[in-house]
Amino acid sequence: MSALPLHAQVINLLAAILLLLAFAMLTQRRVLSLIDLFAAQGLALAVSTGIVAAYTGQAHLWWSAGITLALKVVALPWILHRLIRRLDVKWDVERLVNVPTTMLIGIVLVVFSFNLAVPISQLSGTITRATLGIAMASVMLSFLMMITRRKAIPQVIGFLSMENGLFFAATSATYGMPMVVELGIALDVLVGVLILGVFFFQIREQFDSLDLQHLEKLQEGE
Amino acid sequence: MAVPTLGLIGAAIVAWLAIGTIGLAAQTRFGFVSRGLFPAGAVAGLVLAAGAFCAVGAPPQSAVLPLGLPDLPFHLRVDALSAFFLLLLGVAGAAVSVYSAGYFRESEGAAPGLLCFQYHAFLAAMALVLVADDAYAFMVAWEAMALASFFLVTTDHRIAEIRRAGYLYLLIAHIGAIAILLAFGTLKGGGDYTFASMRAAAPSPGWATVAFFLALAGFGAKAGLMPLHVWLPEAHPAAPSPVSALMSGVMLKTAIYGLLRVTFDLLPAQAWWWGVVALALGLASALFGVIFAAVQTDMKRLLAWSSIENIGILVAGIGLAILYKAYGKPVLAAIAMTAVLYHAFNHALFKSLLFLATGSVLHATHERSLGRLGGLAHKMPWVAALALIGVLAIAGLPPLNGFVSEWLLIQAFLFTPTLPQSFVNMLVPLAAAALVLTAALAAYVMVKFYGVIFLGRPREPGLAYAKDAGRWERAALAALALGCIVLGLAPSAVIGWLDPVNALLVGATPGPGHWLMLAPFGEERSSYAPLVVLAVVGAVVLLTIQIVHRLWHGRVRRSDPWDCGFPLQTPRMQDTAEGFGQPIRQVFEPFFRMERELPSPFDAKPRYRVRADDPWWAWIYLPIVRATEWAGRLAGRLQHGRISVYLTFSFVTLLALLAFVR
Repeated sequence: MSALPLHAQVINLLAAILLLLAFAMLTQRRVLSLIDLFAAQGLALAVSTGIVAAYTGQAHLWWSAGITLALKVVALPWILHRLIRRLDVKWDVERLVNVPTTMLIGIVLVVFSFNLAVPISQLSGTITRATLGIAMASVMLSFLMMITRRKAIPQVIGFLSMENGLFFAATSATYGMPMVVELGIALDVLVGVLILGVFFFQIREQFDSLDLQHLEKLQEGE
Repeated sequence: MAVPTLGLIGAAIVAWLAIGTIGLAAQTRFGFVSRGLFPAGAVAGLVLAAGAFCAVGAPPQSAVLPLGLPDLPFHLRVDALSAFFLLLLGVAGAAVSVYSAGYFRESEGAAPGLLCFQYHAFLAAMALVLVADDAYAFMVAWEAMALASFFLVTTDHRIAEIRRAGYLYLLIAHIGAIAILLAFGTLKGGGDYTFASMRAAAPSPGWATVAFFLALAGFGAKAGLMPLHVWLPEAHPAAPSPVSALMSGVMLKTAIYGLLRVTFDLLPAQAWWWGVVALALGLASALFGVIFAAVQTDMKRLLAWSSIENIGILVAGIGLAILYKAYGKPVLAAIAMTAVLYHAFNHALFKSLLFLATGSVLHATHERSLGRLGGLAHKMPWVAALALIGVLAIAGLPPLNGFVSEWLLIQAFLFTPTLPQSFVNMLVPLAAAALVLTAALAAYVMVKFYGVIFLGRPREPGLAYAKDAGRWERAALAALALGCIVLGLAPSAVIGWLDPVNALLVGATPGPGHWLMLAPFGEERSSYAPLVVLAVVGAVVLLTIQIVHRLWHGRVRRSDPWDCGFPLQTPRMQDTAEGFGQPIRQVFEPFFRMERELPSPFDAKPRYRVRADDPWWAWIYLPIVRATEWAGRLAGRLQHGRISVYLTFSFVTLLALLAFVR
């Protein structure tokens, strides 16, 4: 087996770390640790984008790496930390499905994603094509995390982490999206989190809790 | 030549829009709006009519406006077909505008300026529909027309029933618009959305059939073709009378225009069985409409049902023309098409006239129920005399215009034995019989309409104070009545003038006319000479007067009328609208959904109540409503309020799609 060049090996390592972090987030019970994991995932993403940028010399990838670093490693975790302090919700995360089951479903999803990525990777000519499966798997795992959590904040973190996965998929398949799109998405994510923060306060005011089970009452009467 | 017909037409449209905008700016200056703006709108209508009149014989003119979306400008074009309908719009619109100048009263319904804006936007949108030369401009104008007329229908939006009627109208108008849009999409082929490229595209017979039936459904919904007619008897009575006149007289014709445009111009060929379907639907609408008109007790609703009948006749004629054209008999098709065009123009004139007359009656008496009117011929002689002309015309009596078109259509029917298909040959005598039955019943309906409103004695004491219509209203009614007479007396000239339209639609023209006589198949076969009929009628009347004068002994003896030995007579002893319609109700009982409440013989104050409802509600609309509710309940089960369930739904969908596309 021919040895991969160093940068490709590093990118594969970072991709593996990304996937590992996604699994860690799936099983993490504490909200604060969840945010730290999210920040770490952002860091891995930024570093890998930076390496791709250094190797391919694409200027706009530097920009994406910078934005990712500023937004997902610094800004969003800080906002979320503040939110949690203000809302005073440091409790352990309650879950709808127990951890082993979630893990098993997650593994099935990873297999499915890799299977799915094979034909696309063959078409793609980038140095990062091997990581497409991982990127898709982390999107799926984040989605799964949103489904299995009961509280509002973990669901938002799942949403953000899904965006991470999408970003990684874009980088690995085509060296990133056009700059305008990336800027737009970054702004969307930021605004989304701010709006959801407002919603948290509203929900808590209404129900004295952030447990989304209370929202079930909102359905139409039979 | 070089009459800039399209320029004149465009100027009239711009003028209408400008007048509407000025009206919007001068919201509350009532005198200015009614005496200044509406007559100006009438002048613009005459300009439009003049341009259209010149355009019928002229070669088509077209223009591209730098309006609309980028890379999708509005294409305009005037050819003989659109010019014919533009003339109809200009003439009827001008008359209705003159009438409106005297009709709208202060503090009645919407603000006059707003009404002025909606009214002129409606006119401009209808004109744009007729000159549009690409699907995009057509749909924009079509929807603008629907919206403007919706707001006009709901002028008295404080009444819940009127809001409901408006909503129903808007709903069915949109269903129709979707069908039209799909029809254009089907016609498009490979090219763009201009009508020129649709003409060039040659759809396969299957797709052509789809396009035709979509167009039939879409334009039928606007025209009030069964079973999409239910909005019409609700919306037309709800609107103010000039608006009813425009909607019934002109807007329904834009739908006929659209059907003709798609069927004969955009589609390269027609299949014979489309004609059979159109014929059947049209005759069913005609018969259904006239039977329901016969049992109505609200005068505007009666006229609305009569519009359904007339639209049915038009669509039946179109079906016949398709049949002839598909079997390679273009001259016969041209005769059927002439009848359709002639009848469309006639209907625009006499139905506008009658709706406007009901407006005058409504203003004079504040009453639209036939049961509370009567004897108005003495109080409103002008309206009564002019409405009589309209009634005679719509009833199809010679020498007025209604007779000409119905006679032509019957003549066209009588030639079907020449068709090569025996099935059609068996069908057509039935159709001709249905048409004749419809015409006879229409006369019956009009006897009821006129007799109950204008003849007899007033049924309510308040009717004694009714005043005749003002100058503006009289002028408009007189102009429309004059149109009915002229079209009745000079059919050959009109038909000769229609030749370019026929040539465009069916590729042939009926034989050259004689100035005195209308004989489409040659004089030995059948002919109609309206001037001779008029002369004979006049001579008989004069002769009778002379003879009576000669024989009359000259002594006047006044005595009580024959009173059957019961000297006390009240207006309530007259035949009523319900009573007059009763035989029809009895004969055609299966057509109605009737609720009858008979009084008991011991009741001191007996009341008789009857409702005859449209069965199509129960046949089609209520099942749709029930199915929708059922589907809604089923879909409602998805709603748990649990976010994770919703997320699971989208997740599973995502997985399924991913697995599907790989």
